[in-house]
Amino acid sequence: MNENLFNYILQQADNCLILGQRLGEWCGHGPVLEQDIAMTNIALDLIGQSRMLYQYAAEVQDEGKSEDDLAYLRDAWDFKNVLLVEQTNGDFAKTILRQFLFDSFNCPFYEKLKDSNDERLAAIAEKSHKEALYHLKWSSDWVLRLGDGTEESHERIQNALEELWSYSEEIVNPSEADDDAKEKGYGVDLDAIKSERTDKIKEVLEEATLAVPEGTYNHSGGKEGKHTEYLGYILADLQFLQRAYPGNEW
Amino acid sequence: MDEKQLEDHFNEKIDQDIRIEPKDWMPDNYRKTLIRQISQHAHSEIVGMLPEANWISRAPTLRRKAAALAKVQDEAGHGLYLYSACETLGIDRDTLLDQLHTGKAKYSSIFNYPTLTWADMGAIGWLVDGAAIMNQVPLCRTSYGPYARAMIRVCKEESFHQRQGFEIMLTLCKGSEEQKKMAQDALNRWWWPALMMFGPSDKDSPHTEQSMRWRIKRFTNDELRQKFVDATKPQADLLGIEIPDPDLKWNEERGHHDFGEINWDEFFNVIKGNGPCNKQRIDARTKAWEDGAWVREAANSYAEKKSKRNAA
Repeated sequence: MNENLFNYILQQADNCLILGQRLGEWCGHGPVLEQDIAMTNIALDLIGQSRMLYQYAAEVQDEGKSEDDLAYLRDAWDFKNVLLVEQTNGDFAKTILRQFLFDSFNCPFYEKLKDSNDERLAAIAEKSHKEALYHLKWSSDWVLRLGDGTEESHERIQNALEELWSYSEEIVNPSEADDDAKEKGYGVDLDAIKSERTDKIKEVLEEATLAVPEGTYNHSGGKEGKHTEYLGYILADLQFLQRAYPGNEW
Repeated sequence: MDEKQLEDHFNEKIDQDIRIEPKDWMPDNYRKTLIRQISQHAHSEIVGMLPEANWISRAPTLRRKAAALAKVQDEAGHGLYLYSACETLGIDRDTLLDQLHTGKAKYSSIFNYPTLTWADMGAIGWLVDGAAIMNQVPLCRTSYGPYARAMIRVCKEESFHQRQGFEIMLTLCKGSEEQKKMAQDALNRWWWPALMMFGPSDKDSPHTEQSMRWRIKRFTNDELRQKFVDATKPQADLLGIEIPDPDLKWNEERGHHDFGEINWDEFFNVIKGNGPCNKQRIDARTKAWEDGAWVREAANSYAEKKSKRNAA
Protein backbone atom coordinates (compact mmCIF):
# COMPACT_ATOMS: atom_id res chain seq x y z
CA MET A 1 0.00 0.00 0.00
CA ASN A 2 1.10 3.56 -0.66
CA GLU A 3 1.11 4.69 2.98
CA ASN A 4 1.60 8.37 2.25
CA LEU A 5 -1.21 8.52 -0.29
CA PHE A 6 -3.49 6.66 2.12
CA ASN A 7 -2.69 9.09 4.94
CA TYR A 8 -3.03 12.05 2.63
CA ILE A 9 -6.56 11.03 1.65
CA LEU A 10 -7.47 10.28 5.27
CA GLN A 11 -6.32 13.70 6.47
CA GLN A 12 -8.90 15.36 4.28
CA ALA A 13 -11.57 12.67 4.73
CA ASP A 14 -11.29 12.93 8.52
CA ASN A 15 -11.43 16.74 8.41
CA CYS A 16 -14.66 16.56 6.43
CA LEU A 17 -16.23 13.85 8.56
CA ILE A 18 -15.48 15.41 11.92
CA LEU A 19 -16.53 18.91 10.88
CA GLY A 20 -19.67 17.48 9.24
CA GLN A 21 -20.41 15.64 12.47
CA ARG A 22 -19.99 18.81 14.50
CA LEU A 23 -22.15 20.90 12.18
CA GLY A 24 -24.82 18.22 12.22
CA GLU A 25 -25.20 18.86 15.95
CA TRP A 26 -26.84 22.18 15.03
CA CYS A 27 -29.58 20.48 13.07
CA GLY A 28 -32.93 21.51 14.57
CA HIS A 29 -31.31 24.07 16.87
CA GLY A 30 -30.18 26.86 14.50
CA PRO A 31 -30.76 30.54 15.25
CA VAL A 32 -33.22 30.89 12.36
CA LEU A 33 -34.73 28.29 10.05
CA GLU A 34 -32.83 29.41 6.95
CA GLN A 35 -29.47 29.06 8.74
CA ASP A 36 -30.47 25.73 10.25
CA ILE A 37 -30.94 24.58 6.66
CA ALA A 38 -27.64 26.14 5.54
CA MET A 39 -25.63 24.42 8.27
CA THR A 40 -27.28 21.07 7.64
CA ASN A 41 -26.59 21.53 3.96
CA ILE A 42 -22.91 22.17 4.57
CA ALA A 43 -22.75 19.18 6.92
CA LEU A 44 -24.29 17.10 4.17
CA ASP A 45 -21.73 18.31 1.62
CA LEU A 46 -18.88 17.54 4.01
CA ILE A 47 -20.16 14.05 4.78
CA GLY A 48 -20.49 13.53 1.03
CA GLN A 49 -16.89 14.64 0.49
CA SER A 50 -15.67 12.37 3.27
CA ARG A 51 -17.45 9.42 1.67
CA MET A 52 -15.79 9.89 -1.72
CA LEU A 53 -12.44 10.18 0.03
CA TYR A 54 -12.93 7.17 2.32
CA GLN A 55 -14.03 5.06 -0.62
CA TYR A 56 -10.85 5.95 -2.43
CA ALA A 57 -8.71 5.48 0.71
CA ALA A 58 -10.20 2.01 1.17
CA GLU A 59 -9.22 1.14 -2.41
CA VAL A 60 -5.71 2.44 -1.88
CA GLN A 61 -5.47 0.42 1.34
CA ASP A 62 -6.59 -2.67 -0.56
CA GLU A 63 -7.61 -4.73 2.46
CA GLY A 64 -11.22 -5.16 1.41
CA LYS A 65 -12.44 -2.46 3.76
CA SER A 66 -15.30 -0.04 3.16
CA GLU A 67 -15.86 3.67 3.75
CA ASP A 68 -17.69 2.72 6.93
CA ASP A 69 -14.85 0.58 8.24
CA LEU A 70 -12.60 3.60 7.98
CA ALA A 71 -15.05 6.01 9.58
CA TYR A 72 -16.46 3.72 12.25
CA LEU A 73 -13.78 1.27 13.23
CA ARG A 74 -10.65 3.32 13.75
CA ASP A 75 -9.80 4.79 17.13
CA ALA A 76 -8.73 8.38 17.78
CA TRP A 77 -5.02 7.75 17.23
CA ASP A 78 -5.71 6.77 13.62
CA PHE A 79 -7.73 9.89 12.87
CA LYS A 80 -5.73 12.50 10.97
CA ASN A 81 -8.02 15.52 11.08
CA VAL A 82 -6.73 18.85 12.34
CA LEU A 83 -7.65 19.95 15.86
CA LEU A 84 -9.69 22.88 14.52
CA VAL A 85 -12.54 20.72 13.25
CA GLU A 86 -13.05 18.89 16.54
CA GLN A 87 -13.52 22.10 18.55
CA THR A 88 -16.98 22.41 20.07
CA ASN A 89 -19.73 24.35 18.30
CA GLY A 90 -19.94 26.91 21.10
CA ASP A 91 -22.27 29.75 20.13
CA PHE A 92 -23.13 30.55 16.52
CA ALA A 93 -20.15 32.93 16.34
CA LYS A 94 -17.69 30.18 17.23
CA THR A 95 -19.26 27.80 14.73
CA ILE A 96 -19.02 30.47 12.03
CA LEU A 97 -15.43 31.32 12.81
CA ARG A 98 -14.38 27.66 12.89
CA GLN A 99 -16.13 27.18 9.56
CA PHE A 100 -14.51 30.24 8.05
CA LEU A 101 -11.04 29.14 9.12
CA PHE A 102 -11.69 25.74 7.57
CA ASP A 103 -13.36 26.99 4.38
CA SER A 104 -10.56 29.47 3.75
CA PHE A 105 -8.34 26.39 3.49
CA ASN A 106 -10.76 23.95 1.92
CA CYS A 107 -11.66 26.12 -1.03
CA PRO A 108 -8.13 26.80 -2.37
CA PHE A 109 -7.16 23.24 -1.39
CA TYR A 110 -9.71 21.68 -3.73
CA GLU A 111 -9.05 24.30 -6.37
CA LYS A 112 -5.41 23.24 -6.52
CA LEU A 113 -6.14 19.56 -6.05
CA LYS A 114 -8.03 19.67 -9.36
CA ASP A 115 -4.55 19.65 -10.95
CA SER A 116 -3.51 16.50 -9.10
CA ASN A 117 -1.81 13.86 -11.25
CA ASP A 118 -4.01 11.35 -9.43
CA GLU A 119 -7.21 11.21 -11.48
CA ARG A 120 -9.43 10.14 -8.61
CA LEU A 121 -8.29 12.99 -6.37
CA ALA A 122 -8.66 15.45 -9.24
CA ALA A 123 -12.23 14.27 -9.87
CA ILE A 124 -13.16 14.48 -6.17
CA ALA A 125 -11.65 17.97 -6.04
CA GLU A 126 -13.58 19.05 -9.12
CA LYS A 127 -16.90 18.17 -7.51
CA SER A 128 -16.00 19.34 -4.01
CA HIS A 129 -14.57 22.69 -5.04
CA LYS A 130 -17.97 23.92 -6.19
CA GLU A 131 -19.39 23.10 -2.77
CA ALA A 132 -16.43 24.63 -0.93
CA LEU A 133 -16.86 27.90 -2.85
CA TYR A 134 -20.39 28.19 -1.55
CA HIS A 135 -19.31 27.28 1.99
CA LEU A 136 -16.63 29.95 1.99
CA LYS A 137 -19.08 32.56 0.74
CA TRP A 138 -21.57 31.60 3.43
CA SER A 139 -19.07 31.65 6.30
CA SER A 140 -17.35 34.85 5.11
CA ASP A 141 -20.70 36.61 4.82
CA TRP A 142 -21.52 35.61 8.38
CA VAL A 143 -18.13 36.75 9.69
CA LEU A 144 -18.98 40.14 8.17
CA ARG A 145 -22.50 40.21 9.54
CA LEU A 146 -21.45 39.25 13.04
CA GLY A 147 -18.27 41.34 13.10
CA ASP A 148 -19.97 44.44 11.76
CA GLY A 149 -23.45 43.72 13.17
CA THR A 150 -24.21 44.70 16.76
CA GLU A 151 -21.92 45.30 19.69
CA GLU A 152 -22.83 41.90 21.11
CA SER A 153 -22.22 40.00 17.88
CA HIS A 154 -18.91 41.80 17.40
CA GLU A 155 -17.79 40.84 20.87
CA ARG A 156 -18.88 37.24 20.44
CA ILE A 157 -17.07 36.68 17.18
CA GLN A 158 -13.97 38.50 18.39
CA ASN A 159 -13.96 36.11 21.37
CA ALA A 160 -14.35 33.16 19.04
CA LEU A 161 -11.44 34.43 17.00
CA GLU A 162 -9.24 34.67 20.11
CA GLU A 163 -10.27 31.17 21.15
CA LEU A 164 -9.71 29.50 17.79
CA TRP A 165 -6.76 31.46 16.47
CA SER A 166 -4.15 29.02 17.76
CA TYR A 167 -5.93 26.22 15.87
CA SER A 168 -5.90 28.07 12.56
CA GLU A 169 -2.47 27.30 11.11
CA GLU A 170 -2.17 23.53 11.63
CA ILE A 171 -4.15 22.86 8.48
CA VAL A 172 -1.56 24.57 6.25
CA ASN A 173 1.51 23.15 8.02
CA PRO A 174 2.74 20.10 6.11
CA SER A 175 2.84 16.59 7.50
CA GLU A 176 4.97 13.83 6.02
CA ALA A 177 2.05 12.87 3.80
CA ASP A 178 1.63 16.48 2.65
CA ASP A 179 5.30 16.68 1.69
CA ASP A 180 5.16 13.43 -0.24
CA ALA A 181 1.94 14.49 -1.99
CA LYS A 182 3.47 17.75 -3.11
CA GLU A 183 6.68 16.13 -4.27
CA LYS A 184 4.98 13.36 -6.26
CA GLY A 185 2.38 15.70 -7.68
CA TYR A 186 -0.78 13.99 -6.41
CA GLY A 187 -1.29 16.64 -3.74
CA VAL A 188 -1.07 20.39 -3.36
CA ASP A 189 1.64 22.79 -2.28
CA LEU A 190 0.51 23.96 1.16
CA ASP A 191 2.89 26.95 1.08
CA ALA A 192 0.98 28.35 -1.88
CA ILE A 193 -2.33 27.88 -0.08
CA LYS A 194 -0.95 29.36 3.12
CA SER A 195 -0.25 32.82 1.72
CA GLU A 196 -3.46 32.95 -0.28
CA ARG A 197 -5.39 31.87 2.79
CA THR A 198 -3.71 34.34 5.12
CA ASP A 199 -4.61 37.16 2.72
CA LYS A 200 -8.22 36.04 2.52
CA ILE A 201 -8.53 35.76 6.29
CA LYS A 202 -7.00 39.20 6.85
CA GLU A 203 -9.22 40.75 4.20
CA VAL A 204 -12.43 39.35 5.66
CA LEU A 205 -11.47 40.08 9.28
CA GLU A 206 -10.59 43.64 8.39
CA GLU A 207 -13.85 44.24 6.57
CA ALA A 208 -15.65 42.69 9.53
CA THR A 209 -13.91 45.26 11.79
CA LEU A 210 -12.25 42.43 13.75
CA ALA A 211 -8.76 42.57 15.22
CA VAL A 212 -6.32 39.85 14.22
CA PRO A 213 -5.19 38.23 17.49
CA GLU A 214 -1.61 38.81 18.52
CA GLY A 215 -0.85 35.25 19.59
CA THR A 216 1.44 33.29 17.33
CA TYR A 217 1.37 29.90 19.06
CA ASN A 218 -0.10 27.09 16.97
CA HIS A 219 -1.50 23.85 18.30
CA SER A 220 -0.72 20.81 16.21
CA GLY A 221 -0.74 17.03 16.33
CA GLY A 222 -3.99 16.15 14.60
CA LYS A 223 -2.36 15.02 11.38
CA GLU A 224 -0.24 12.61 13.45
CA GLY A 225 -3.19 11.27 15.42
CA LYS A 226 -2.65 13.34 18.58
CA HIS A 227 -5.99 14.94 19.30
CA THR A 228 -7.88 16.99 21.84
CA GLU A 229 -10.10 15.31 24.41
CA TYR A 230 -13.11 16.18 22.28
CA LEU A 231 -12.38 13.59 19.62
CA GLY A 232 -12.99 10.62 21.93
CA TYR A 233 -16.50 11.87 22.66
CA ILE A 234 -17.18 12.58 19.01
CA LEU A 235 -16.16 9.03 18.11
CA ALA A 236 -18.14 7.52 20.99
CA ASP A 237 -21.24 9.09 19.48
CA LEU A 238 -20.37 8.50 15.84
CA GLN A 239 -19.31 4.87 16.24
CA PHE A 240 -21.78 3.71 18.91
CA LEU A 241 -23.92 1.37 16.79
CA GLN A 242 -21.05 -0.18 14.85
CA ARG A 243 -19.21 -0.84 18.10
CA ALA A 244 -22.22 -2.11 20.08
CA TYR A 245 -23.47 -4.44 17.31
CA PRO A 246 -20.39 -5.32 15.28
CA GLY A 247 -20.55 -6.93 11.88
CA ASN A 248 -24.12 -6.04 10.96
CA GLU A 249 -25.62 -4.44 7.88
CA TRP A 250 -27.47 -1.20 8.57
CA MET B 1 -70.99 43.47 -2.94
CA ASP B 2 -72.28 43.12 0.60
CA GLU B 3 -71.09 40.46 3.03
CA LYS B 4 -73.83 38.01 2.03
CA GLN B 5 -72.99 38.29 -1.66
CA LEU B 6 -69.30 37.91 -0.95
CA GLU B 7 -69.95 34.79 1.05
CA ASP B 8 -72.20 33.34 -1.65
CA HIS B 9 -69.54 34.01 -4.23
CA PHE B 10 -66.93 32.37 -1.97
CA ASN B 11 -69.11 29.30 -1.44
CA GLU B 12 -69.72 28.99 -5.17
CA LYS B 13 -65.99 28.92 -5.78
CA ILE B 14 -65.56 26.28 -3.10
CA ASP B 15 -68.31 24.17 -4.64
CA GLN B 16 -66.75 24.44 -8.08
CA ASP B 17 -63.31 23.57 -6.72
CA ILE B 18 -61.91 26.95 -7.70
CA ARG B 19 -58.93 27.72 -5.49
CA ILE B 20 -59.15 30.57 -3.01
CA GLU B 21 -56.16 32.89 -3.34
CA PRO B 22 -54.67 35.31 -0.76
CA LYS B 23 -56.30 38.46 -2.19
CA ASP B 24 -59.75 36.87 -2.50
CA TRP B 25 -62.43 37.61 0.03
CA MET B 26 -62.83 34.81 2.56
CA PRO B 27 -64.88 34.36 5.75
CA ASP B 28 -62.97 35.22 8.92
CA ASN B 29 -63.40 31.71 10.23
CA TYR B 30 -62.03 30.18 7.06
CA ARG B 31 -58.94 32.37 7.49
CA LYS B 32 -58.65 31.46 11.17
CA THR B 33 -59.09 27.76 10.51
CA LEU B 34 -56.40 27.85 7.86
CA ILE B 35 -53.97 29.79 10.03
CA ARG B 36 -54.53 27.27 12.79
CA GLN B 37 -54.11 24.27 10.53
CA ILE B 38 -51.20 25.50 8.39
CA SER B 39 -49.23 26.86 11.33
CA GLN B 40 -49.85 23.66 13.28
CA HIS B 41 -48.50 21.82 10.29
CA ALA B 42 -45.45 24.12 9.99
CA HIS B 43 -44.74 23.76 13.71
CA SER B 44 -44.99 19.99 13.38
CA GLU B 45 -42.30 20.07 10.71
CA ILE B 46 -39.82 22.00 12.82
CA VAL B 47 -40.56 20.26 16.12
CA GLY B 48 -40.46 17.03 14.11
CA MET B 49 -36.84 17.77 13.23
CA LEU B 50 -35.82 17.16 16.86
CA PRO B 51 -36.53 13.46 17.44
CA GLU B 52 -34.74 12.53 14.23
CA ALA B 53 -31.90 15.03 14.58
CA ASN B 54 -31.28 13.18 17.84
CA TRP B 55 -29.87 10.25 15.81
CA ILE B 56 -27.88 12.10 13.14
CA SER B 57 -24.66 11.93 15.16
CA ARG B 58 -25.17 8.20 15.79
CA ALA B 59 -26.35 7.06 12.36
CA PRO B 60 -24.73 3.66 11.80
CA THR B 61 -23.23 4.26 8.34
CA LEU B 62 -22.16 7.32 6.40
CA ARG B 63 -24.88 6.67 3.85
CA ARG B 64 -27.50 6.65 6.62
CA LYS B 65 -25.99 9.76 8.17
CA ALA B 66 -26.22 11.63 4.89
CA ALA B 67 -29.80 10.45 4.38
CA ALA B 68 -30.75 11.49 7.92
CA LEU B 69 -29.25 14.96 7.44
CA ALA B 70 -31.05 15.33 4.12
CA LYS B 71 -34.32 14.22 5.61
CA VAL B 72 -34.23 16.57 8.56
CA GLN B 73 -33.19 19.35 6.22
CA ASP B 74 -36.24 18.60 4.04
CA GLU B 75 -38.41 18.98 7.12
CA ALA B 76 -36.93 22.40 7.81
CA GLY B 77 -37.69 23.24 4.18
CA HIS B 78 -41.29 22.10 4.59
CA GLY B 79 -41.52 24.32 7.64
CA LEU B 80 -40.37 27.22 5.49
CA TYR B 81 -42.90 26.68 2.70
CA LEU B 82 -45.69 26.25 5.20
CA TYR B 83 -44.81 29.36 7.22
CA SER B 84 -44.73 31.25 3.92
CA ALA B 85 -48.14 29.86 2.95
CA CYS B 86 -49.43 30.89 6.36
CA GLU B 87 -48.00 34.40 6.01
CA THR B 88 -50.19 34.93 2.92
CA LEU B 89 -53.12 34.91 5.36
CA GLY B 90 -51.81 38.04 7.07
CA ILE B 91 -49.79 36.78 10.01
CA ASP B 92 -45.99 36.81 10.28
CA ARG B 93 -43.62 33.99 11.11
CA ASP B 94 -42.36 35.53 14.36
CA THR B 95 -45.91 35.73 15.72
CA LEU B 96 -46.52 32.12 14.75
CA LEU B 97 -43.30 31.00 16.43
CA ASP B 98 -44.25 32.92 19.53
CA GLN B 99 -47.53 30.98 19.60
CA LEU B 100 -45.55 27.75 19.42
CA HIS B 101 -43.16 28.73 22.20
CA THR B 102 -45.91 29.91 24.54
CA GLY B 103 -47.98 26.79 23.98
CA LYS B 104 -50.80 28.69 22.27
CA ALA B 105 -50.32 26.77 19.05
CA LYS B 106 -50.23 23.00 18.80
CA TYR B 107 -48.12 20.63 16.73
CA SER B 108 -48.51 16.97 15.94
CA SER B 109 -48.38 15.09 19.23
CA ILE B 110 -46.38 12.25 17.65
CA PHE B 111 -43.23 14.32 18.11
CA ASN B 112 -43.65 14.21 21.86
CA TYR B 113 -42.51 10.60 21.83
CA PRO B 114 -38.81 9.82 22.26
CA THR B 115 -36.49 8.20 19.71
CA LEU B 116 -34.77 5.50 21.74
CA THR B 117 -33.01 3.32 19.20
CA TRP B 118 -31.84 3.52 15.60
CA ALA B 119 -34.90 1.53 14.56
CA ASP B 120 -36.98 4.58 15.50
CA MET B 121 -35.51 6.29 12.45
CA GLY B 122 -37.01 3.52 10.39
CA ALA B 123 -40.31 3.47 12.22
CA ILE B 124 -40.74 7.23 11.98
CA GLY B 125 -40.12 7.22 8.24
CA TRP B 126 -42.32 4.21 7.65
CA LEU B 127 -45.22 4.94 10.03
CA VAL B 128 -45.11 8.63 10.88
CA ASP B 129 -44.29 9.82 7.39
CA GLY B 130 -46.66 7.18 6.07
CA ALA B 131 -49.49 8.56 8.20
CA ALA B 132 -48.50 12.10 7.28
CA ILE B 133 -48.77 11.23 3.59
CA MET B 134 -52.29 9.85 4.09
CA ASN B 135 -53.21 13.14 5.73
CA GLN B 136 -51.37 15.30 3.27
CA VAL B 137 -52.03 13.90 -0.18
CA PRO B 138 -55.66 15.10 -0.08
CA LEU B 139 -54.35 18.51 1.03
CA CYS B 140 -52.71 18.94 -2.38
CA ARG B 141 -56.30 19.60 -3.51
CA THR B 142 -57.28 21.71 -0.52
CA SER B 143 -59.29 24.83 -1.32
CA TYR B 144 -56.66 27.42 -0.33
CA GLY B 145 -54.19 27.87 -3.20
CA PRO B 146 -50.90 28.60 -1.38
CA TYR B 147 -51.49 25.71 1.04
CA ALA B 148 -52.29 23.28 -1.78
CA ARG B 149 -49.18 24.31 -3.70
CA ALA B 150 -46.96 23.97 -0.63
CA MET B 151 -48.40 20.52 -0.01
CA ILE B 152 -47.55 19.31 -3.51
CA ARG B 153 -43.88 19.95 -2.80
CA VAL B 154 -44.11 18.51 0.70
CA CYS B 155 -45.80 15.29 -0.45
CA LYS B 156 -43.19 14.52 -3.07
CA GLU B 157 -40.47 14.55 -0.43
CA GLU B 158 -42.53 12.76 2.21
CA SER B 159 -43.09 9.74 0.02
CA PHE B 160 -39.35 9.52 -0.50
CA HIS B 161 -38.87 9.63 3.29
CA GLN B 162 -41.44 6.94 3.78
CA ARG B 163 -39.67 4.56 1.39
CA GLN B 164 -36.38 5.37 3.07
CA GLY B 165 -37.85 4.58 6.51
CA PHE B 166 -39.29 1.32 5.28
CA GLU B 167 -35.92 0.41 3.84
CA ILE B 168 -34.26 1.00 7.23
CA MET B 169 -36.85 -1.33 8.80
CA LEU B 170 -36.32 -3.92 6.08
CA THR B 171 -32.57 -3.90 6.59
CA LEU B 172 -33.03 -4.38 10.34
CA CYS B 173 -35.58 -7.13 9.87
CA LYS B 174 -33.23 -9.00 7.56
CA GLY B 175 -30.36 -8.51 10.02
CA SER B 176 -29.31 -10.05 13.32
CA GLU B 177 -31.69 -11.12 16.08
CA GLU B 178 -30.85 -7.95 17.97
CA GLN B 179 -31.65 -5.80 14.96
CA LYS B 180 -34.96 -7.53 14.45
CA LYS B 181 -35.77 -7.02 18.11
CA MET B 182 -34.97 -3.34 17.65
CA ALA B 183 -37.38 -3.14 14.72
CA GLN B 184 -40.18 -4.90 16.61
CA ASP B 185 -39.66 -2.70 19.66
CA ALA B 186 -39.89 0.42 17.50
CA LEU B 187 -43.12 -0.80 15.89
CA ASN B 188 -44.52 -1.55 19.35
CA ARG B 189 -43.84 1.98 20.52
CA TRP B 190 -44.81 3.91 17.36
CA TRP B 191 -47.87 2.06 16.15
CA TRP B 192 -50.51 3.56 18.43
CA PRO B 193 -49.10 7.10 18.40
CA ALA B 194 -49.06 6.86 14.58
CA LEU B 195 -52.78 5.99 14.57
CA MET B 196 -53.39 8.95 16.86
CA MET B 197 -51.87 11.24 14.23
CA PHE B 198 -55.18 11.25 12.37
CA GLY B 199 -56.72 13.10 15.29
CA PRO B 200 -59.74 12.30 17.43
CA SER B 201 -62.45 10.01 16.23
CA ASP B 202 -64.96 11.76 13.89
CA LYS B 203 -67.62 11.95 16.57
CA ASP B 204 -65.19 13.92 18.79
CA SER B 205 -63.60 16.07 16.11
CA PRO B 206 -64.93 19.60 16.53
CA HIS B 207 -63.53 21.08 13.32
CA THR B 208 -64.12 18.29 10.81
CA GLU B 209 -67.58 19.17 9.54
CA GLN B 210 -66.85 22.81 8.75
CA SER B 211 -63.45 21.97 7.29
CA MET B 212 -65.04 19.39 4.99
CA ARG B 213 -67.64 21.97 3.90
CA TRP B 214 -64.85 24.42 3.03
CA ARG B 215 -62.92 21.65 1.33
CA ILE B 216 -59.93 22.30 3.51
CA LYS B 217 -60.25 18.67 4.54
CA ARG B 218 -61.34 16.08 2.02
CA PHE B 219 -61.61 12.98 4.20
CA THR B 220 -62.53 12.54 7.85
CA ASN B 221 -60.03 11.46 10.50
CA ASP B 222 -61.50 7.98 10.76
CA GLU B 223 -61.53 7.46 6.99
CA LEU B 224 -57.85 8.33 6.75
CA ARG B 225 -56.96 6.20 9.77
CA GLN B 226 -58.67 3.21 8.19
CA LYS B 227 -56.81 3.78 4.96
CA PHE B 228 -53.54 3.87 6.85
CA VAL B 229 -54.20 0.64 8.74
CA ASP B 230 -55.20 -1.10 5.51
CA ALA B 231 -52.05 0.06 3.74
CA THR B 232 -49.66 -0.66 6.61
CA LYS B 233 -50.70 -4.16 7.73
CA PRO B 234 -49.36 -5.91 4.59
CA GLN B 235 -46.12 -3.94 4.92
CA ALA B 236 -45.64 -5.18 8.50
CA ASP B 237 -46.25 -8.72 7.22
CA LEU B 238 -43.61 -8.21 4.58
CA LEU B 239 -41.18 -7.07 7.25
CA GLY B 240 -42.09 -10.06 9.40
CA ILE B 241 -42.88 -8.02 12.49
CA GLU B 242 -46.11 -7.86 14.39
CA ILE B 243 -48.43 -4.89 14.84
CA PRO B 244 -49.12 -4.65 18.61
CA ASP B 245 -52.90 -4.98 18.33
CA PRO B 246 -54.58 -8.33 19.07
CA ASP B 247 -57.83 -7.02 17.55
CA LEU B 248 -56.30 -6.24 14.19
CA LYS B 249 -57.79 -8.53 11.56
CA TRP B 250 -59.22 -8.45 8.07
CA ASN B 251 -62.99 -7.96 7.89
CA GLU B 252 -64.20 -9.53 4.67
CA GLU B 253 -67.60 -7.89 4.90
CA ARG B 254 -66.28 -4.35 5.28
CA GLY B 255 -63.35 -4.94 2.95
CA HIS B 256 -61.16 -3.30 5.61
CA HIS B 257 -59.13 -4.27 8.64
CA ASP B 258 -60.81 -4.04 12.03
CA PHE B 259 -58.55 -2.74 14.73
CA GLY B 260 -58.51 -2.14 18.45
CA GLU B 261 -59.61 0.94 20.34
CA ILE B 262 -57.07 3.75 20.61
CA ASN B 263 -56.14 4.81 24.11
CA TRP B 264 -57.77 8.23 23.92
CA ASP B 265 -56.75 9.11 27.47
CA GLU B 266 -53.15 8.90 26.35
CA PHE B 267 -53.94 10.94 23.24
CA PHE B 268 -55.57 13.79 25.18
CA ASN B 269 -52.87 13.66 27.83
CA VAL B 270 -50.13 14.13 25.26
CA ILE B 271 -52.08 16.99 23.67
CA LYS B 272 -52.42 18.60 27.10
CA GLY B 273 -48.65 18.54 27.47
CA ASN B 274 -48.12 15.36 29.43
CA GLY B 275 -46.39 13.33 26.73
CA PRO B 276 -42.94 11.93 27.39
CA CYS B 277 -41.11 14.75 25.57
CA ASN B 278 -43.50 17.74 25.36
CA LYS B 279 -41.37 19.81 27.67
CA GLN B 280 -38.05 18.85 26.06
CA ARG B 281 -39.34 19.64 22.58
CA ILE B 282 -40.67 23.09 23.42
CA ASP B 283 -37.66 23.87 25.59
CA ALA B 284 -35.34 22.94 22.71
CA ARG B 285 -37.25 25.11 20.23
CA THR B 286 -37.49 28.02 22.65
CA LYS B 287 -33.81 27.78 23.53
CA ALA B 288 -32.81 27.74 19.84
CA TRP B 289 -34.97 30.81 19.24
CA GLU B 290 -33.77 32.74 22.28
CA ASP B 291 -30.11 31.82 21.78
CA GLY B 292 -30.46 32.94 18.17
CA ALA B 293 -31.89 36.39 19.01
CA TRP B 294 -28.50 38.12 18.93
CA VAL B 295 -27.71 36.48 15.57
CA ARG B 296 -30.93 37.74 14.00
CA GLU B 297 -30.33 41.21 15.46
CA ALA B 298 -26.80 41.24 14.08
CA ALA B 299 -28.01 40.24 10.61
CA ASN B 300 -30.63 43.00 10.65
CA SER B 301 -28.22 45.60 11.91
CA TYR B 302 -25.64 44.65 9.27
CA ALA B 303 -28.23 44.77 6.51
CA GLU B 304 -29.31 48.24 7.64
CA LYS B 305 -25.76 49.52 7.75
CA LYS B 306 -25.11 48.09 4.34
CA SER B 307 -28.17 49.63 2.73
CA LYS B 308 -27.29 53.01 4.29
CA ARG B 309 -23.76 52.73 2.88
CA ASN B 310 -25.10 51.78 -0.52
CA ALA B 311 -27.52 54.72 -0.46
CA ALA B 312 -24.74 57.16 0.51
